Amino acid sequence: MLTAETVRAQIRVASWEEASRAAGNLLVAAGSAEPRYVDAMMDVLREMGPYAVIAPGIVLLHARREDGVRQPCLALVTLATPVPFGHRENDPVDLVVALGAVDKHAHVAALQELARLLGDEAALQRIRAAENDRDLLLAVRPQESGI
Amino acid sequence: MRIATLCGMGFGTSMMLKLFIDDILKAEGIKAEVIPWDLGTFKGQQADIIVAAMDMEMHLRSTTARVVLIRNLVDKAEIRTKVVAAIRELQGAAGSA
Repeated sequence: MLTAETVRAQIRVASWEEASRAAGNLLVAAGSAEPRYVDAMMDVLREMGPYAVIAPGIVLLHARREDGVRQPCLALVTLATPVPFGHRENDPVDLVVALGAVDKHAHVAALQELARLLGDEAALQRIRAAENDRDLLLAVRPQESGI
Repeated sequence: MRIATLCGMGFGTSMMLKLFIDDILKAEGIKAEVIPWDLGTFKGQQADIIVAAMDMEMHLRSTTARVVLIRNLVDKAEIRTKVVAAIRELQGAAGSA
């Protein structure tokens, strides 16, 4: 579900808001979510607290389907300089994931892809080490990298 | 055995936790139902074990279920160790009762 359109490597942002926008805007640019979905994801983080920082350096952002998801979608952004999201232990964040789900079950494929990547220490290292978008895309699609 | 995974909305973090736990249970040969819950509707529901992020602790103080709190939600080793220990503990308690 991650494509050349929805991964960006080593972008420069100064705040969690900018980081969230960067990831969310990829979903919008790909036509998978409406612009208001990006704001909704940030509202969820403000309302629910920073538990969305699911692991050291990793945040998983999402909102509800009715907040403007057009199709199941996933975006991944790595940050050149990590930024704090307000989590006691897992800050600062250098890996931002934005998820758009259309219902509780249809997005399981997206989460499976994500769980496979984030649960794999070697894959995580490749993702964090990727210096450009092309390398990042290869890192999230190891089966197509030819290595 | 009924295991619930809890997060704010019931389909992001909790669904990913469910996927990891399903994998772990399969590898360990343990049969259990794993259901994602959200904060809005989980009260009044029954589960033997609730698995959630550390930050969810404040929402889980009144539950009678065994609570398992995970620090790193993508660390399968941490999830496996804590969840399997909770299951064995409950199985042991049931066996001796």
